[in-house]
Amino acid sequence: MAPSNENTRGRARWERETLNPHLERHPDREAEYSTVSSLPIRRLYSPEDLQGQDYEKEIGWPGEYPFTRGVQPTMYRGRLWTMRMFAGMGTAEDTNARFKYLLKEGQTGLSTAFDLPTLMGRDSDSPLAEGEVGKEGVAIATLRDMEILFDGIPLGDVSTSMTINAPAAVVYAMYLAVAEKQGVPLKKLRGTIQNDIFKEYIAQKEWIYPPEPSVRLIVDTMEFSAKEVPQWNTISISGYHIREAGSTAAQELAFTLADGIGYVQAGMARGMDVDSFAPRLSYFFNSHNDFFEEIAKLRAARRIWARQLRERFGAKDPRSWMLRTHVQTAGCSLTAQQPINNVIRVTIQALAAVLGGCQSLHTDSMDETLCLPSEQAVTVALRTQQIIAEESGAANTIDPLAGSYFVESLTNEMERQALEYIRKIDEMGGIIKAIEQGFPQREIAEASYRYQKQVEDGTKTIVGMNRYTMPEEIPIPLLKIPPEVEARQKARLAEIRRTRDGKAVRSALSNLTAKARTHENLMPAILECARAYCTLEETGNAMKEVFGEYRENSVI
Amino acid sequence: MAKQTLRLLVGKVGLDGHDRGAKIIARALRDAGYEVIYTGLHQTPEQVVATALQEDVDAIGLSILSGAHGTLFPKITRLLKEKGAEDVVVFGGGIIPDEDIPELLKAGVARIFTPGTSTADVVRFLKEEVEPRRARVST
Repeated sequence: MAPSNENTRGRARWERETLNPHLERHPDREAEYSTVSSLPIRRLYSPEDLQGQDYEKEIGWPGEYPFTRGVQPTMYRGRLWTMRMFAGMGTAEDTNARFKYLLKEGQTGLSTAFDLPTLMGRDSDSPLAEGEVGKEGVAIATLRDMEILFDGIPLGDVSTSMTINAPAAVVYAMYLAVAEKQGVPLKKLRGTIQNDIFKEYIAQKEWIYPPEPSVRLIVDTMEFSAKEVPQWNTISISGYHIREAGSTAAQELAFTLADGIGYVQAGMARGMDVDSFAPRLSYFFNSHNDFFEEIAKLRAARRIWARQLRERFGAKDPRSWMLRTHVQTAGCSLTAQQPINNVIRVTIQALAAVLGGCQSLHTDSMDETLCLPSEQAVTVALRTQQIIAEESGAANTIDPLAGSYFVESLTNEMERQALEYIRKIDEMGGIIKAIEQGFPQREIAEASYRYQKQVEDGTKTIVGMNRYTMPEEIPIPLLKIPPEVEARQKARLAEIRRTRDGKAVRSALSNLTAKARTHENLMPAILECARAYCTLEETGNAMKEVFGEYRENSVI
Repeated sequence: MAKQTLRLLVGKVGLDGHDRGAKIIARALRDAGYEVIYTGLHQTPEQVVATALQEDVDAIGLSILSGAHGTLFPKITRLLKEKGAEDVVVFGGGIIPDEDIPELLKAGVARIFTPGTSTADVVRFLKEEVEPRRARVST
């Protein structure tokens, strides 16, 4: 793709003869253009912008290193991405019904949203859970809730994603215990636990233990699964929350990959062969409004990861080099004003995710700035994916935007910015050190405040919010979680506490505490707790005794 | 001596970790010249009220995106009342549906800001409704 002198001469001629006279009469609307992340965008991209780019080395072929054009050789011609709508509300029964509805409507994978007490490792009857049970997701306190959640859903036939982090090992163990009860061999299970604690410290802030024991638990799940649950994705390294917290696209890319590098280092420090666990690391990115920036971000992500794994960590298995990713459209881009407009935002963002080569996709519902998705809203969101897949033609050919001067230039620029951040983080001594110094947190807070100011002074337009506003809002039906949910959930938990085998509970918990003091892998002991119907919080506390608790030094 | 400027507490109650809004508000209020204390995350109503009393603040701005506002906001106003500190103005923001607002106002929350609010609106609220109250209290 080396530009000839002819190109350069041609561009100079165009500017002189055509562009400049035109600009004199019709100046551009703005002095400068930039992406939603404030990345400057030039007027025109042409062959000079890709000067020196080696197609074979930098872009290459689908399914081959460095995977810029996608991880599969045929991409969506062979199999469409997995349409995976994040769902969870109320009790396990409520969410089980939503799961079955989504499967019936053509969804191809499950994705579980847990409520905040569950995410923080607290039981539904904890004083801290008051008012929060079942509100932001489904409440899971014991194996019984998990059995109900997946009742009538054969775990050997679906892939299940669970957005759970600090208590991931415990919830994962509960899922494995349900599979055992259903008679499904663990080797047949497919799915993902998010299990990404670094982005919790950086952005989502749902933590329990300090970094070191948290990473130990994560490596325990990696090691256990490599042997016992080989098709399971043990970490979904997540940029989504980093972006939602206000980062730019380049920061999302950089901090997420830096987190991934941190997990690879942790696994290797345990003495594991990188190729034994790296193929099970997956990613989770955001897709925001700026169409091309998002596409470039995903293409750059694959190239950087492939090179880091192969060149830096010496991975030999091509599956270790592949960055497979789930994408979710940007909740933070949606508006409470004129909420039906959100359908259009989601469409653009979802199309970017597809053109960026995602493996699975969640499309946000139009009502997400107001409440959890109603059934009507979630159906429109799922249909959006189906229309992109089956009507738009976007899935007909592989990586259709490759070779675009603009998209390739932007891919290179995203890569350059991300590598710069990764270098800085390496110099700080790695991601844990960077987090302890508050580095990613500060960078994100700065970007988030800058963006808010741009929205408030009108530099960045948000239709229906700071431009084209209307006094009358269009009403859409909202989902309400009734207060009885908390009472019902607490009653079930009380029943379990009363009827379970107390001796088995105590022995499983004290065994876990004892094992936490050693360097043994904790998964077998955690699984034993799940089988004995120990609660989430009891199991977490059995380790907290040894691990301690994390406290943030918050910076504003 | 009367305080020169409002002292404000920005609080994150409940278990949700979404602190983007709280941090933006804290910074914007600081940029507007107020003294701002940020509680950090995962605060119980009791902790927020204790901090408010200890720091002698004029108002508490609560941020919540978990849907637990109906439980936690009224608990804070009640606790303030119990401590004889109902002069502390409580306002809040987050994912709060319009239909929930009347009940929160009835429980003693002075104002609810919903998604899309400009930080300038919050500053205006403090200037117009909280500053005059403080002036009355301190004279």
